[in-house]
Amino acid sequence: MNAPFQPEALSLDRLALGTRARVASVDWASLDEGEACRLKHFGFDEGVTVEPLHLGPFGRDPIAVRVGRMTVAIRRKHAGAIRVTLLGR
Amino acid sequence: MNPPPLVAVAGNPNAGKSALFNALTGARQKVGNYPGVTVERKSGRLTLADGRPVEVVDLPGSYSLDPASPDEAVTRDVLLGRQKGERQPDALIIVLDASNLDNHLRFALQLIELGLPTIVALNMIDLAKRDGLELDPAALERELGVPVIETVAVRRRGIGELQTALDDMLSAPRCGLHKHVKTDIVHLQRRAREIATAAVVSETPVRRWTHRLDSLLLHPVFGPVILAAIMFVMFQAVFAWSAAPMAWIGDAVAWVSNLVGNALPPGLLRSLIVDGAIAGVGAVITFLPQILILFFFILLLEGTGYMVRAAFLMDRLMHGVGLSGRAFIPLLSSFACAVPGIMATRTIDDPKDRLTTILVAPLMTCSARLPVYTLIIAAFIPNTRLAWGVGLQGLVMFGLYIAGIAGALLAALVLRRGVLKGRSAGFMMELPKYQWPPLKDVVIGILTRAQIFLKRAGTIILGTTIILWALASIPQAGPGQKQSEVSIAGHIATGIETVVRPIGFNHDIALALLPAMAAREVAVSAIATVYSIDSPDEQAGASKLQDKLQHRWSLATALAFLAWFVFAPQCISTIAVTRRETNGWKWPLFMVTYLFVLAYLAAGATYWIAVAAGLGGT
Repeated sequence: MNAPFQPEALSLDRLALGTRARVASVDWASLDEGEACRLKHFGFDEGVTVEPLHLGPFGRDPIAVRVGRMTVAIRRKHAGAIRVTLLGR
Repeated sequence: MNPPPLVAVAGNPNAGKSALFNALTGARQKVGNYPGVTVERKSGRLTLADGRPVEVVDLPGSYSLDPASPDEAVTRDVLLGRQKGERQPDALIIVLDASNLDNHLRFALQLIELGLPTIVALNMIDLAKRDGLELDPAALERELGVPVIETVAVRRRGIGELQTALDDMLSAPRCGLHKHVKTDIVHLQRRAREIATAAVVSETPVRRWTHRLDSLLLHPVFGPVILAAIMFVMFQAVFAWSAAPMAWIGDAVAWVSNLVGNALPPGLLRSLIVDGAIAGVGAVITFLPQILILFFFILLLEGTGYMVRAAFLMDRLMHGVGLSGRAFIPLLSSFACAVPGIMATRTIDDPKDRLTTILVAPLMTCSARLPVYTLIIAAFIPNTRLAWGVGLQGLVMFGLYIAGIAGALLAALVLRRGVLKGRSAGFMMELPKYQWPPLKDVVIGILTRAQIFLKRAGTIILGTTIILWALASIPQAGPGQKQSEVSIAGHIATGIETVVRPIGFNHDIALALLPAMAAREVAVSAIATVYSIDSPDEQAGASKLQDKLQHRWSLATALAFLAWFVFAPQCISTIAVTRRETNGWKWPLFMVTYLFVLAYLAAGATYWIAVAAGLGGT
């Protein structure tokens, strides 16, 4: 089901604020079951458009990300499991 | 007779489900619990055009029928007819956020597949328009195969149409139900996205003002500053706005007390009613305005969507002590009362994270401590104004709140390093759009709290003050003896006093501590009762409680008493809810022990430092 893991793609936590990107793959194996389930419920899935909007004030964590039409907050650690390809502005 | 048909309201969190439920049922709501689990059950009545009653139940918000929390499990079980204490609904209203169809349709598709008679409320259609989104409800109706009604629940728009559709639906014969539903999220998500695309007529990209507001409120520098300012204003307001209504209630209590005092002949009966019931309950209901102001702010912060932003801002700091930003909401609710706060921890998925939050929740300064704090601060801290809008009394109150927060963070840190060691939990939350909650919903929330508080004052507090009055009045003191020493309560207090004497507590405080186990605010009524029994010569209510305190307590004792109440677990309800939430006595006992130890040490340290600073005299 999962697309092959692409190490050359950018991970979501390295994406600059306001940059739109498309989810290329999610490393579900690095997440525990509950976390993976929540991410899926928020709509993180290959092909969906994401855009980091805000960073937490302390340690730039968590990250507020627009996913589809909603905005969700996730930890930097989990954003690292999401690989994206740039869409440009 | 058959029970009225049951209609369930289901949908994603932040779809405006509760607002729709309020719009349908008005103030006629019943809040209870599902048996065996600690999930709140909210139900209400609705009358159809032909006068038939319908019971409406507001199910916990869920993202899917594949539950990730106890709340979501209840939603699934009710819908499948498997929940204890609930019949299977006869019809279903699915609430969708019109501007978030791609996500919300996924759950809606699962729900429609259940085969219950279903109506979709396409809610917050106004916000979707504001975001430049033009939708085609007819297309959505075709794709989903169920009626779709446009609503704006917070403005009561579309509610009449929804009721008519519900009427038609309940009159039609029922078809069979499916017990098996697809849980393949990815498949459902793709179908949801297709339907969403089909239902969108046009989309004009606009700068969403939720985003603009977030740029300020989640700003790395201004965000935390604004959060601190909001908290500060909130606690100042609790003091400033309540002054006048508290004085009115105080005057009314004194008036009733005088009236009854003059009408009855002197003796035990007058003492029971005036010194026991009126003095005790009166001392506590005086604080109703403060408690309601606090709840007003919390309901407002929740309703506008700011509470989740606060969790976002605080997550990293909470993470530092082994909690997550998710714990911030239960902990902030605990400022009103630890009981709903502890119940709100259900949304925390990680068990150790949740247990830590439960154990530190009582350290948040709940509204029941306000009467105690207010009384002592008013009696001992001068009402000096330090700057515009900032008074010394408010500042001390703020300091007490900070002490509670610092204690909670420290306790969490120690717990997570010790007994509750484990991997750090995650933080994943949806940031809903900002909106102004309807005043009516806020008022319903405040009235519910007021009712609960007055019920408590009328039962637990009245009961304990009467028992205390009895213990404090029997046997009657002879000439030259002090009533508070010769009575039964006096003897018990003498026992407690030997333990609390080293931390600066006198006999009167020892006497108040025992009944205050029932609820903290009883400490105030207990002290009021003891002093009015002790000085029968004074006209009841003529001498204010705080003047009496100033003559009997040193500043060091008063400060130690405040420090004690920052930590002491004096609330039966909190202990009971902890037992229920943790399924046993182990954790509540642990909580009570560590909090009493902390309270003793904090009060002791405060007292010794204050005495060393020369504040030990009256």
